[in-house]
Amino acid sequence: MSSVQAIAGGLLIAIGLAFDLFGCLGLVRLPDIYNRLQAATKCVTLGTCSVLLGVLVLEGFNGAGLKSLLCAVFLVLTAPVAAHAISRGSHRAGFRPWEGTVMDAYAEDAKDRAPDMARGEGAEGKG
Amino acid sequence: MWIGRWIVGAVVLAGLVLLIVVLGPELTLPSGAAHVPYVSRGVYIILLASGLALWRLVFGPTAADRIVAIDIFGILIVGLCALLCVASGRSWYIDIGIAWALQSFIGALALAKYLEGRALDE
Repeated sequence: MSSVQAIAGGLLIAIGLAFDLFGCLGLVRLPDIYNRLQAATKCVTLGTCSVLLGVLVLEGFNGAGLKSLLCAVFLVLTAPVAAHAISRGSHRAGFRPWEGTVMDAYAEDAKDRAPDMARGEGAEGKG
Repeated sequence: MWIGRWIVGAVVLAGLVLLIVVLGPELTLPSGAAHVPYVSRGVYIILLASGLALWRLVFGPTAADRIVAIDIFGILIVGLCALLCVASGRSWYIDIGIAWALQSFIGALALAKYLEGRALDE
């Protein structure tokens, strides 16, 4: 292993660990569920993907490196979907945002579309 | 004075991380040379972050906070598996990471659907 490879991989892993730590700090410190989801999911996904890319740089294109690249691609594809499902479910379950929140666009949007959604769910229930 | 509290918090956090990384014991894993120094000590930072996520999991005021903490904990375990793969030279740790990412994703979707109040087969 060349030293350039070791330095680049170690730097990527260090950046990823810093993002992990700050994401979990935001998970503890921020005021409500949506802020916590924002901080934690974005920072931790970016941090773990950076760690996995650092493993790819350190290992090269052998079995472990390619599997870490596969795992990074999988995390990038799935983590936003899971975060979106959690935030949508918690908003529909009635968890209100923090009282300092400026606007809630999803609530206004759902209020505008409420008759359509009620009619659609009723038809689906009958069918 | 908020800036004083912020400075004290930043200094305490940086000191804790430096203490863990520099003075922590090197991880002894069987018969694999650690290619890069300090990589195996990064496991301790992942463990510190996991401790913060577990704090939110135990003391979270609502159920949604606990679901977020579980999701984040799964992603942190994937990073832990990658670090252990580099530190020990065994490539099957990455397989554990891939399987854990799959299960964590499916579990987060199921918990979100359960939180919304719908049945799982809907």
